[in-house]
Amino acid sequence: MQLTAPSRAPLERPDADVVICGGGNAALCAAIEARRDGASVVLLEGAPEHMRGGNTRHTRDIRFAHDLPNLAATGTYAEDELYADLLRVTGGKTNEALARLTIRESTTVVAWMSAQGVRWQKPLTGTLHLSRTNGFFLGGGKHLVNTYYDTAVRLGVRVRYGATVHRLETRDHRVDAVVYRCGDREERLSCGAAVVAAGGFEADLAWLAEYWGDAASRFTIRGTPYNTGVALKALYAAGAKRVGDPRGLHCVAVDARAPRFDGGIVTRIDAIPFGIAVNAVGQRFYDEGEDLWPKRYAIWGKLIAEQRGQSAFAIFDAKVAGRFIPSAFRPEQAETLAGLCEKLGVDGAAVAGTVAAYNAATAPGRPVRLGELDGCGTSGLVPPKSHWAQPIDTPPFFGYPLRPGVTFTYLGAEVNARAQVVAGDGGAFENLFAAGECMAGNILSRGYLAGFGLTIGTVFGRIAGVEAAICSSLI
Amino acid sequence: MLELDLTAELDRQMSVCNACRYCEGFCAVFGAAQLHTAIGTGDVAYLANLCHDCRMCFDACMFAPPHEFAINVPAVMAAGRVETYERYGRPSLPARMIRNPRGVAIAAVLGGTAIVALAIAASAGAAAFWTPQSGPGAFYRVLPYAAMIVPALGLAAYGAVCVALGARDYARDIGAGSRFVSLSSLRTALREALALTYLKGGGAGCYDAHRSSGSRRAFHGLVFWGFLADLAATVSAALEQEFLHLLPPYPLWSVPVVLGTGGGIALAVGVAGLVAVKRRSDNRPTEPHMIALDYTFLGLLETVALTGLALLAFRSTAAMGALLAVHLGAVAGLFITAPYGKFVHFVYRFIALVKNAHEQGHIAA
Repeated sequence: MQLTAPSRAPLERPDADVVICGGGNAALCAAIEARRDGASVVLLEGAPEHMRGGNTRHTRDIRFAHDLPNLAATGTYAEDELYADLLRVTGGKTNEALARLTIRESTTVVAWMSAQGVRWQKPLTGTLHLSRTNGFFLGGGKHLVNTYYDTAVRLGVRVRYGATVHRLETRDHRVDAVVYRCGDREERLSCGAAVVAAGGFEADLAWLAEYWGDAASRFTIRGTPYNTGVALKALYAAGAKRVGDPRGLHCVAVDARAPRFDGGIVTRIDAIPFGIAVNAVGQRFYDEGEDLWPKRYAIWGKLIAEQRGQSAFAIFDAKVAGRFIPSAFRPEQAETLAGLCEKLGVDGAAVAGTVAAYNAATAPGRPVRLGELDGCGTSGLVPPKSHWAQPIDTPPFFGYPLRPGVTFTYLGAEVNARAQVVAGDGGAFENLFAAGECMAGNILSRGYLAGFGLTIGTVFGRIAGVEAAICSSLI
Repeated sequence: MLELDLTAELDRQMSVCNACRYCEGFCAVFGAAQLHTAIGTGDVAYLANLCHDCRMCFDACMFAPPHEFAINVPAVMAAGRVETYERYGRPSLPARMIRNPRGVAIAAVLGGTAIVALAIAASAGAAAFWTPQSGPGAFYRVLPYAAMIVPALGLAAYGAVCVALGARDYARDIGAGSRFVSLSSLRTALREALALTYLKGGGAGCYDAHRSSGSRRAFHGLVFWGFLADLAATVSAALEQEFLHLLPPYPLWSVPVVLGTGGGIALAVGVAGLVAVKRRSDNRPTEPHMIALDYTFLGLLETVALTGLALLAFRSTAAMGALLAVHLGAVAGLFITAPYGKFVHFVYRFIALVKNAHEQGHIAA
């Protein structure tokens, strides 16, 4: 690692050696590392204390490469295999150097997290497919966040809640101060270095509407209402180079009855491959049995976003009820299909026609096998259902109303291997760093790899914290 | 909380928990809840007592109030336990005393003390309260052996029968027609009960002033083993008297006094520790009736422990008669309220652990 001397020495000590903008996983990793390296650290979390932690609150596992089983995961998961998984989900669209760095450093996250007080648990019910590749931390993301805050505060990190960073004072590829709003006051902290780790912008519906139009007003936001991208805008205003597709969203099918924000994992609907999905006019619109659900659930948010009114319905019958992880809301239920459609508020005649056509296209008497690609597909139906196609004919009938549920955005700021923010002119900001969701798009440009967002946040948070402490000590 | 409300509320909260599952590593409740997805009355009684009140799930919950899902599992479980204690208290009339545990406990201790004091005055004369006694049989010169042992055994037998009747009905209701007691489920439950496995919070510990610590489990261990040591002291004293014909007071380095002193100190320290942890912790993840029951039971235990230690320290002084009256009165208060308060928590919790061991063993098999 090469250290460059600062181009300019300020006359007096800054208010803080390192200012962290954000309060989730990446921010906390950066704060802890910078503080452990001797820097004075102030962490500015936009949310109030009870909502602290950004979308990390809703996480539960972290992906990492490992040569041997350890306290968090079974078997082995080679770095090359993880890289291949990343290439598969992104379609090869990744910054290879940063991706390789993340994966190499991922081998250290379990030990590092444990050293901060994080504990581990067995994979949760229904997540056995992740037991080799991902470690589940005890109690999930909010417990993780609580542990990190406890550790950070014990080390002497000063935390301010309700502090939203909206401007970075920069000159000549250097940041001098961070400006934030706290209630109706505007405050300023001069700093030796700053780390922006304040998440994406998915909670700013107006910003989403720039790319998604009126449809954005009917999106459900699964995570924190505080990820409004204000700090990301500040980065852009300071000249940071954009990375990632601004229209890119991770978006799944959620229950339309879910809260507008912060419904988390419990509003996700896993029923789709067990029956059919129809839109507001009662028509099927995509192959519900295209592939195993863990590989496909993340496409359904966008599929629903493309339907009229951003609305759809999952319909299934008594044969498969109880076969998938339930959601927080019970499905609507009726003895007849018409009765179900009335409860769901969808055109019963259209749905009856769709179900009749679908039932007629299924092979009679072939038992479906739900845990595998069973080849029980429809014949002559458009769109087809490639697997698990069996008639919907056994009352009671069940249905969930669906909406697109946005998990996170991919748009971010470009960084280099030292987590330094790269400016539009190609030069790196000397003492301005980014970590977490606001730069994950460098590596995970699209698609989804369970637990890998947290990997990027942890690895780059730590790098940013160390680098920020070093360059602030050189003032 | 009305019973129907409680069932509906637990059902509502567990629908969210079953969809989330992040808390599975803390304890047995969340795994068990996945096997009881439509909550009925028996499920409330089962899950509420399977909960060991570590409160880690509240700390970890992103849907805790003020989130609109308003998930607060420890509070609803605490309400469920209060309901269990009242519903399965036998006979059912005194079980209503749960609604005012403090007043009843104070009345029981004072009443017990008054009765013992009257018995002392009647048998040994009022002078027993200001005349020092020493040497073998000193206690019995103040209160005859029969006057001590007969009411004590009577109270203990009454309490045991009441608790057994309640436990039988509780087991029947949570079993819902199925048998869950087997050698292996008993063995697993006993191990988990003695190790206080579910006060570990999966490694995080239990509630404390700041998030969590191992204090509650450590203090609970002191209370449990201290209480057992005190029981053992009583039994060993009876044996010495019966078979070795040695009459109390026993010397400092005798089995009953060592066990009694050690147990008394452990009990006193453990109870004080539990009270301290409770006082400095967050009250949101619990329920007012449960708080009252907890403090009442801890207060009774502390009274018994401290009066017992005082009796030991001052047994050869003029205060012995009065201390004996207070100590026996406190013991009487503890035992007479036992079937209707927090004392019985270990009975229902153990039965719940047996059922859980049975169900989980069934899944594994």
